[in-house]
This record gives sequence, C-alpha cells and structure tokens, in this order.
Amino acid sequence: MAKTLGKCFILFLAISSLLFAVSCAKPKVKPEPSVVEEAITEEMPAVSKQMEEMKKMEEERRLAEEQLREQKLAEREREAELRERFVNENIHFEFDKSTLLPEAKEILKEKAEWLSIHRDVIVTMEGHCDERGTNEYNLALGDRRAESAKRFLIDLGISVSRLTTVSYGEERPLDPRHNEEAWAKNRRAHFVID
Amino acid sequence: MWNKKRLILSVSLTFLISIVAFPVAARVYIDINSPYLKKIPTAIPIFKDLGRDNRHQDLVKELAELLGDTLSFTGFFKLLDPDSFLVDPQKAELTRDLIKFDNWRSIGAELLINGGISYKNGVLKIELRLFDTFGRRLIIGKRYTGHIDDGRKIIRRFCNEIIHHLTGTEGIFNTRIAFVSTTTGNKEIYMADFDGYNIRQFTNTNNITLSPAWSPDAQWLAYTAYRKKKPDIYIKHVRRNLPGKVIAFNGLNTTPVWVPIQSLLSATFSKDGNPEIYLLTSSGKIIKRLTYNWGIDTSPTWSPDGKKFAFVSNRSGTPQIYIKDLDKNQVRRLTYKGSYNTTPEWSPRGDFIAYSGVTNGHFNIFIVGVDGEGPYQLTRDTGDNESPTWSPDGTLIAFSSTREGSTRIHVMNSNGSDQRRLLILSGDQTCPRWSPRHRY
Repeated sequence: MAKTLGKCFILFLAISSLLFAVSCAKPKVKPEPSVVEEAITEEMPAVSKQMEEMKKMEEERRLAEEQLREQKLAEREREAELRERFVNENIHFEFDKSTLLPEAKEILKEKAEWLSIHRDVIVTMEGHCDERGTNEYNLALGDRRAESAKRFLIDLGISVSRLTTVSYGEERPLDPRHNEEAWAKNRRAHFVID
Repeated sequence: MWNKKRLILSVSLTFLISIVAFPVAARVYIDINSPYLKKIPTAIPIFKDLGRDNRHQDLVKELAELLGDTLSFTGFFKLLDPDSFLVDPQKAELTRDLIKFDNWRSIGAELLINGGISYKNGVLKIELRLFDTFGRRLIIGKRYTGHIDDGRKIIRRFCNEIIHHLTGTEGIFNTRIAFVSTTTGNKEIYMADFDGYNIRQFTNTNNITLSPAWSPDAQWLAYTAYRKKKPDIYIKHVRRNLPGKVIAFNGLNTTPVWVPIQSLLSATFSKDGNPEIYLLTSSGKIIKRLTYNWGIDTSPTWSPDGKKFAFVSNRSGTPQIYIKDLDKNQVRRLTYKGSYNTTPEWSPRGDFIAYSGVTNGHFNIFIVGVDGEGPYQLTRDTGDNESPTWSPDGTLIAFSSTREGSTRIHVMNSNGSDQRRLLILSGDQTCPRWSPRHRY
C-alpha cells in the first residue's frame, strides 16, 4: 500500500516538472533579454544618483545646521563665560588706597568693552576693604574704590545711568583668613549685574 | 500703656526720704579732673538685716556687694577687704552716734558705707549711709522703699548720690552702652547698662548694622544699616515703638552723630561724589555741607558746645584727625604721629579727643589734647583696641579689644588704668557708644 503511494508521488513530480519545462522554454525564442536588462541597469543608477545627491545635500544641511547650533552654543557658552568673567573678575587695590592699579585699568577696559556690547546691562560696583582699619573709615574707603572704578568706566564712554556703587567696607570679606594673601584678595571692587 | 508703666516706676522709686537733711560742706573729696587720682579707701560691710527673723542673709550680702561693685566701677574707690573689718556687721550700729569710727580708721578706711535692710510683705526697705570716718560725720543718708527687684535701682540711685556729693558731678549709673554684636550671625545693635548688666538686642535687621549714636536726651538711637542693600541711616526710639526715620541719599549714608545742645545730626554722605560730612535736622534734612575735600572726610565728633567738630580725613594721604572750627571756618590737623588715626570721640569735658591709632601693626587707644597736648597711649600689647567712647562724666573710656581672642567691650579709667572686660556675649562686640545721662 505504501509502495503504490510512493510511486504515485514520483509520477506526479515527473509530470509537473515536464509541464514546467514546457512553460520555461517559451521565452528562449526571443533573442534580446540582455537589452531589457541593460535598460533597467541604466535606469537604476540615474535614480540613485539623484537620491544620493539629495541625501548629500540633506546631510550637508544637517551638518551646517549642527555646526550653526554648535557655533551658537559655543557663542552662548563664550557669552556666558564673558558674562561670568565680567562678574567674577575683581579689580584689586593697595592698602588704604583707592587709586586704580595698571592691571585694574586693563580689566576695566575689558569690562567697558563688554558693557558697550551689552547695552541693556546695569551694573552695581561694590567697594570692599580688608579687615585692617576701622569700620567707619573702611566704609568711606570702599566707597572711594567703587567710585574710582565707576569714573574710569564713565571715561571709557559707559553711561553714568548704568552704573551704581555701594560700599561694604570690611563687612563682606571674600577670604576670611587674617593674612596678607587674604587681605590682598579682600581689597577689591566687585561687579554685580542688576 | 507706657505712661502707666512709667508712673508705677516713678511712684515706686519716689519713696526716697532723706534721713538727715544736712548742710553739704563744699568739700570735693574726688577731683575727677585730676589725671593722677588717688583712690579713696572705702569700707562696705555686709548690710544689716533689720528684720527680726534674720532671714535675708543672701540679700544683705548681695546688695552690699552690688554697692561695692557699682562704686568701684568709677575707679574712684579702693574697697577694703571685709576680712580686715573689726566689727560684726549684724551687731554693728548704723548711726553716727553709735559707730566706733576708730575701728574703721585703724584699718585705713576713709569712707564707710553701711546699710540696713528689711523685707516684709513684698516691700523692700533699705537705708544707706555714707560716713567720713576721719571727720566722724554723715555725708549722706537715705531710706528707700520699693519692690524686691528694685534693689539694683536703689543701689544705683544711692551711688549717684555718693558720686554727686564726692565729686560735685552727677554719676553715670543711669547710663547705657550701645554696641554692635555678631551674636545672631549678623551685626546687630545691642545695649547694656553701664556696668554690662541687662544686655538686650536692639535691632533685628538681619543684615549689617553699624555705628550706634545716642541723641542728647538718650531717647533715640541713630545707626547705619543695610536694610536695602546699601548703607542708610535709621533713627529709632530707644524704648517706644514710634515711627522712626530713614536717611537714604545715593551712595554712602554713614557715621550718624548728634550735635550736643542743638539736637541736630551730622553724618557722612557720598552723594556728591566722595564721602563728606553734612549737618542735618534731627529729621534728616540737610542744613549744610560741612567739609569740602577731594578725599575721604568721615566720623564727625562734636565739642560739648557744638561749635567745633573733629573728624577723620585722608587729605594728607593717610587717615588723620582734624578739627573744624565752625565760627572761624578753619580746619586744622590734630594728629601727626602714626599713619592711621581714626574713630575720634571728643570728651564730654571738652579737653581731650580719644581715638584709635596703629602702632606696630596694632590698633591702640590714644587721647590727644584739643590743643595738641600728647598724644598719650592708653592701651598697649593687648591685641587690637578700637572705637573709644567716653562716659558722660569723662572719667571712663569704653572700647573694643581683641585681648581675649574674640572682640569684646572693655572699660578703663580715662588715664588708662583699671582695664577690664565689660560683658561676655557670644560673637564679637565692637563699636561701643556710651549714652548721655538720662532718667528712666
């Protein structure tokens, strides 16, 4: 029984392969299948080139955008850095003096430049002293220090209406230690953006 | 409310009766103007308990000690050691007729102060007598009645009487000292009685508060505070919650000081470009500008007649003390020694100006004659000593000192003797200002 089923299956395979052979043999009559193929191969690169170019342009645009973003970010970072520097960079004074040292003038020039770009910024200049000396006199000295910085900025063209001063005397030391290093740090004018 | 309180207070302390009305001999026992004062040897035995049950052992000792401490504060008295006394205080007689003056003279006492106390039903009675042991006479005798916690007030009143009789000048026992302290973490103004007792916080600005200044009637205090992120001047009543005043020109508003007699204010403003001294009404309106200089002019302090003021200026390059005569419109330099002389205060007697100057890297207290006499250095080798302030009789000077590490208020006689700490409080205490005399 199983044997006859096997024979039937083989027969079926033989017939269907024969049928297949007949149907495949038909196209072989025409001799130019390669031309068609060529046409297709010719057509394909043209489309991909266009797409590639588009992709390239897209990529370029993306890159440019990214670059711009990065540039803007860098600019913003630099801007923040400059702003931070404007705030954090103090100018320093000699003991019991309110005259501007050459280094302080250089820093003030940078600050003036920054202020001339950022025209909406209003600044308070704090005058500070070291702990030596008496409170009352140091309040006056701190006032003179802030005022020295203010006058220098006015001379560099910054509008007086953008500049205010406040003296803290010896009341707000930056470095609480009681030595030369701390005193030198504490004798300062500090800039605050309002 | 306040009036009622005051009424009760004045009633409770007006019970004072003179035991003996005697003709005051015009003798001045103590010349407070002498720079070389000899202290008077004085005996103050424990008071006598006049009650029958002898129940007030603590009180008789406490009040006698308080009397001794209060008097010694002036620097005029040398208290004798009670162990040397020949008389048992509880058996001692309190009146002139029965006191054995020889016993007091033999141990060197020139003055004797005795007291008797009775306390019954919440009423405290104290009788106090001051005797001249050599003259065998009663100088003052007073009997006081009050509440149990009036003891300190009564002792201070009697001490004022003693000083008035012995020196011819009123005592300072109703004065206070205002100062700056960092107890809360911020600089705030505090005040204490003249002897450091009864400390209380006066301002609560939660910021920087500096330079307390008393009005001539001792009812108002002006000071500098950073309430609005800059130094402005505030004027506040010492006891009552009355509307205060604020002086807030552009820039610096510092060093408020009242002008004696006229009840005007003076202060430092930088509104015209640099720190200058101005004269103001007591409500803060500018009357006129008093100094004209390119540099710093600050810290005014007035002569008792209000016609001159001393101040600090760096017009010569370093901070020095100058005097301006308003009648003559002249300024002269007062200090030449040292390169940093600040915080002047004109003495209430008018002859000297105290200030702090730097010597060998440290601040010390000096006094200099208004005519340039001296200067005399009153502190040395004791850390930094700053901000001298005179007692209203001109015999004592309070100042801040770092001699114990943290900055504290100290007191000394105006010749520099008897330097001692006034009070203990956490934090640093600076910038003391002694009040004028006043009545509570």
